[in-house]
Amino acid sequence: MPTTHATTPAAKAAAGAVSTRSGTQIRLTDVSKDFGLPEPAVDNISLTIEPGEFMTLLGPSGSGKTTTLNLIAGFETLTTGSILFNGGDVSSLPPHKRNLGMLFQNYALFPHLTVAQNVAYPLRERKLPKAEIAEKVGQVLELVQLTGRDSHYPSQLSGGQQQRVALARAIVFDPNALLLDEPLGALDRNLRGTLQQEIQRIHRELGSTFVFVTHDQEEAMHLSDRIALFNKGRLEQVGTPEALYAAPETLFTARFLGDSNVFDIADSGGATSGSAVAWEDRTLSVEAGTVSPRVAAGASAALVVRPEDVRIATTPDAVPAGANHVSATVRQLDYLGSYRTAVLALGGGGTVGRARLAPQEDDLRVGQAVTAWWHVGRQCVVAV
Amino acid sequence: MTAWIKRQRLSPLWLLLLPALGLLTAILLIPLAQSFVRSIGESAWTSQHYENLFTDGVTLTVLWRTAWISAVVTVVTLACGYPYAYLMTRVGPRMRGLLLVLVLIPFWTSVMARNFAWILILQRDGPVDDFFGVVFYGTATGVTIAMSQVLLPFMVLPLYSALSGIDRRLLLAARGLGSHPVKAFWKVYWPLSRGGVVAGVILVFTLALGFYVTPALLGSPQQSLVAQLLAQRTTQLLDFAGAGALGMVVLVVTLVLVAWANRVGGKVSSLGIVPTTSAKEEE
Repeated sequence: MPTTHATTPAAKAAAGAVSTRSGTQIRLTDVSKDFGLPEPAVDNISLTIEPGEFMTLLGPSGSGKTTTLNLIAGFETLTTGSILFNGGDVSSLPPHKRNLGMLFQNYALFPHLTVAQNVAYPLRERKLPKAEIAEKVGQVLELVQLTGRDSHYPSQLSGGQQQRVALARAIVFDPNALLLDEPLGALDRNLRGTLQQEIQRIHRELGSTFVFVTHDQEEAMHLSDRIALFNKGRLEQVGTPEALYAAPETLFTARFLGDSNVFDIADSGGATSGSAVAWEDRTLSVEAGTVSPRVAAGASAALVVRPEDVRIATTPDAVPAGANHVSATVRQLDYLGSYRTAVLALGGGGTVGRARLAPQEDDLRVGQAVTAWWHVGRQCVVAV
Repeated sequence: MTAWIKRQRLSPLWLLLLPALGLLTAILLIPLAQSFVRSIGESAWTSQHYENLFTDGVTLTVLWRTAWISAVVTVVTLACGYPYAYLMTRVGPRMRGLLLVLVLIPFWTSVMARNFAWILILQRDGPVDDFFGVVFYGTATGVTIAMSQVLLPFMVLPLYSALSGIDRRLLLAARGLGSHPVKAFWKVYWPLSRGGVVAGVILVFTLALGFYVTPALLGSPQQSLVAQLLAQRTTQLLDFAGAGALGMVVLVVTLVLVAWANRVGGKVSSLGIVPTTSAKEEE
């Protein structure tokens, strides 16, 4: 279910004369890319990026997200499958005919050209009249708040300013979509925050399709309408940040986005029937709605709980009726400024877990035997 | 300004230059000044020796021939060296090492050995004659071929150094922005490689201007180059004033070229290359 980004007429007007062609739909069907290595880099992916959507391709190093972006850009050729822009097949178009803006991690500004010449580059390639080029360059530099730097060379600008120039150059020619390849990876933390807001603002104002590649889950959660999570060349799960965090379908998703307490389930039979599963020597209740559709009946699975959903009871009788609970030992207490966490050894096997402590759970000490509990509705049973 | 001079003067580090400076003065600056003084007349000022260069009917021809052959050698080495250096930036480390060694082997080999090798190859009944039926030995073409081979490393090395510093992702960026690959090369890669091209061109051209051994061994006396003319005037005709004047002309031409290169090349290289802050993940 795509969440198409709402673009109000007012927001469009704010973008000035930088054209606001409504976004392009990008449809990948059965796309594979094989570099001749034992495993294909991209393995049979189908994904539809809706017009105006901010889609993030998220995943660890080598998961195929950058290759997928390069396939969309045309820098790599497809081994199988097809790529459609608004229904038109672009699979065999070379990059310079796909009309896509691209933002690279290293900015990729032309060092021998000034800021204005860099931004004018795609317009010159499209043979626009000089006056129109000057006008558009001025407007887009205003949009990225770099007015007055026209005649600077890239080497005279800071990293953040260079990325703004690259952004201006990537959007000035009204591309079909903007592809962003870890564009903030080279910037320090504060600057990243500022540029994230900048990218969000420009996405809002332009209303065009953005495809953003990152390995940083926080960045992905913060920016995206939807996230496509990659694992070993395949799509692990696609959905809104909320859906991926609250309802992961696999252990990989649960682990990649945020922290999780993981309970290995040998036999998921009880989960798929919506009753209970066995973990170590106890029984954990399961609600049918919290079981991932990817869990096969009888196969092994995992029950995951987020640290903020785990509560600590110092006496067993403090656990509310109906809640799942396991015995735990406090291994470590961490102070993280606005909150504290406890590292726990769960059950008899010493499974490592983590709980985000509530203010009333302040009086724990390391080595203390406690009971960790959570509401059944806050857990997920996921495929492993 | 005075503070700056004071600071510089105070630093004893500058004494480190003394040995080199002393050597240069003794073996270069003083003889150079001497030959300059001789060329304008030792006791009374005369422009006679310079006028002779333009009127004796030989010098101008030789100068022109030297410049022409040097230019051809420069173009040939650039045409061979640029693709070669480009290839070096595109292959793996092992292949790159091999290509580098292939350039450096002739570089390390004695110039004399290489020139005699060229004599064998280009002479009557040599392999080129056998195969193509042409004898290049004793011709300007033969000299050009041998000089190009001898000077190729001086083109390849600065070119490789410049090309390996160019971020190839700039080409991807240009293509993404709407440039055909060929156009992306001309608008992005070529301008960024210009510093290396200028360095290589100047190096090869100025070295070629002063080449003596190759034309002396492979060329004919009827087609001598400037260095041979200079040698002839100093060792056979003992015309030190005339040789001095000729030397000065060659020196000025070279200095003008180097100054031009500094302007063009300096402008290019001072722009620098965008820093790549972290290695991009390979997927």
